[in-house]
Amino acid sequence: MKRAVNAVLPATGVLLALIFWWAVSTMVKDLPSPLKTWEESKVYILKPLEKRGEMDQGIALLAYYSLMRVARGFLLGIAIGTPLGFLLGMSKTLTRVFDPIMQVLRPISPLAWLPLGLIIFQKSEPAALFAIAICSMWPTVINTMAGVRAIPQDYWNVAKVLRLSPFTTFAKVVVPATLPYMFTGFRLSLGIAWLVIVASEMLTGTPGVGGFLWQEYNSLIYAHILLAILTIGVVGFVLDRLMGLAEARLRAI
Amino acid sequence: MAYIEMSQVAKTFAASGGSLREVLSDVSLSIGRGEFVSILGTMGCGKSTLLKILAGLIAPDAGQVTIDREVVRGVRPSAAIVFQNYSLLPWFSALENVRLAVGAAFPDWPRDRQRQQAVRHLESVGLGHAIDRRPGQLSGGMRQRVAIARAFAIEPELLFLDEPFGALDALTRDSLQQELARLCSVAGRPITTVMITNSVEEALLLSDRILPMTAGPRATLGAPVAVELAKPRSASELLHDDHAAGVRAHVIATLTEDLARSRSITRSGLQQAGQVRLTASAKAPASLAEAERRRKANGPAVNTTLAAEGEG
Repeated sequence: MKRAVNAVLPATGVLLALIFWWAVSTMVKDLPSPLKTWEESKVYILKPLEKRGEMDQGIALLAYYSLMRVARGFLLGIAIGTPLGFLLGMSKTLTRVFDPIMQVLRPISPLAWLPLGLIIFQKSEPAALFAIAICSMWPTVINTMAGVRAIPQDYWNVAKVLRLSPFTTFAKVVVPATLPYMFTGFRLSLGIAWLVIVASEMLTGTPGVGGFLWQEYNSLIYAHILLAILTIGVVGFVLDRLMGLAEARLRAI
Repeated sequence: MAYIEMSQVAKTFAASGGSLREVLSDVSLSIGRGEFVSILGTMGCGKSTLLKILAGLIAPDAGQVTIDREVVRGVRPSAAIVFQNYSLLPWFSALENVRLAVGAAFPDWPRDRQRQQAVRHLESVGLGHAIDRRPGQLSGGMRQRVAIARAFAIEPELLFLDEPFGALDALTRDSLQQELARLCSVAGRPITTVMITNSVEEALLLSDRILPMTAGPRATLGAPVAVELAKPRSASELLHDDHAAGVRAHVIATLTEDLARSRSITRSGLQQAGQVRLTASAKAPASLAEAERRRKANGPAVNTTLAAEGEG
């Protein structure tokens, strides 16, 4: 009984959203209805790995390109963000040096970073990575920093009493104690990286879900826009769930 | 010059609201090599701070500590510290926790030997079956056993115990106290031990000398009392012993007098409380039968804990 309710309630939500979508589509001339969207985009979903042209590819392939780009940008972001977080967490002086810069850089939109990336790197691919990395690293920096600051005095005392070397203290005490915070940062960073990918693909016109979306808008195939939007949502949701699982495993320790 | 010398140490902390709180003022003590000394005081009297200064975890504002003629500036390689809250790293197993200490103390040993040392000391506190468990999977008593194994595994010359049994239930506490006494006696070399406690019975059971500490702020040490009883001692034996009763009476009198003097609480109430305790414990029983009868009447009043007027 409870299991049935658990299945029915979310399904009801989806159904209501579809009805709302359909209702709006009867009022807005250019907005395709759910059924029309399915009709026009089923080839992308039913043959997800088929490659027919640069942008005209199965949805799984497009999502794969975007994911690879996100993965690289995200890894670059946390590769910079994590050490920065540790440094800022351990040194109050460094925090005071970098805090104003961080507070100013943090709210800048990916759309603003991208042109700068294009100027610096001259190519769209590294510019996209630059934008993803610089936008997505902040939650990792801030959470890692908070994690280091939250290490109980007890653990620092253990390091002092056992006379652990700075390296051992870092590897055996600081990193494990900070890991749960770090992962929360990674999860938030990945979420942002996925948000940024669409914008950067739209602006640079590279193949991927965002590039596809923009091209289909220019080609006036509105059903495909909806397909791309739904894909972005579903992939983002799955990513967040996966990171959530990894995080939960860490916290269980 | 004694092995440990503390002279005219003072420590002030910044309290909330920007005011200063002088926790220790003009504290001096000396401890001989191999001696087991207990510093006994109420909660919040600054005895933990005193121990941290002795151990080199925090620096005093004035005065200094020398151990073996060297001025203390940080934790000594030959010192081990056991805290009340175990201070184990939760992401490591019991074995890994002890190994971390062994590895830091004996970096030149091969890994095998480091591991053996850790296992041997965990076995010696009865945890041979639980070496792979994490602290979260161990009871409070078992965690403190790991902490004690970790302390002894570095083969210390100095042992600092900060209310090591304070967070344990009475039964676990009794068995761990005996365990500690046994470990000290089988170590095969003199271990100089300073223990912080708020239990008179615990101090009586383990120490050669008891230093009563007056209540803080501005805490200082009262006159030391020697406990001249053969070791190992047992709690029930101490209950009936004349000398133990005398020490107990002296220590409690020092602490309660001081409490009444230093705090603006109703004097008569405190003295009454002090006298009740003193009459219950100070009068030595005339015979064994008498003692047995009295023990039954009093119930298990073994741990005369001074937890009054805690300040956190």
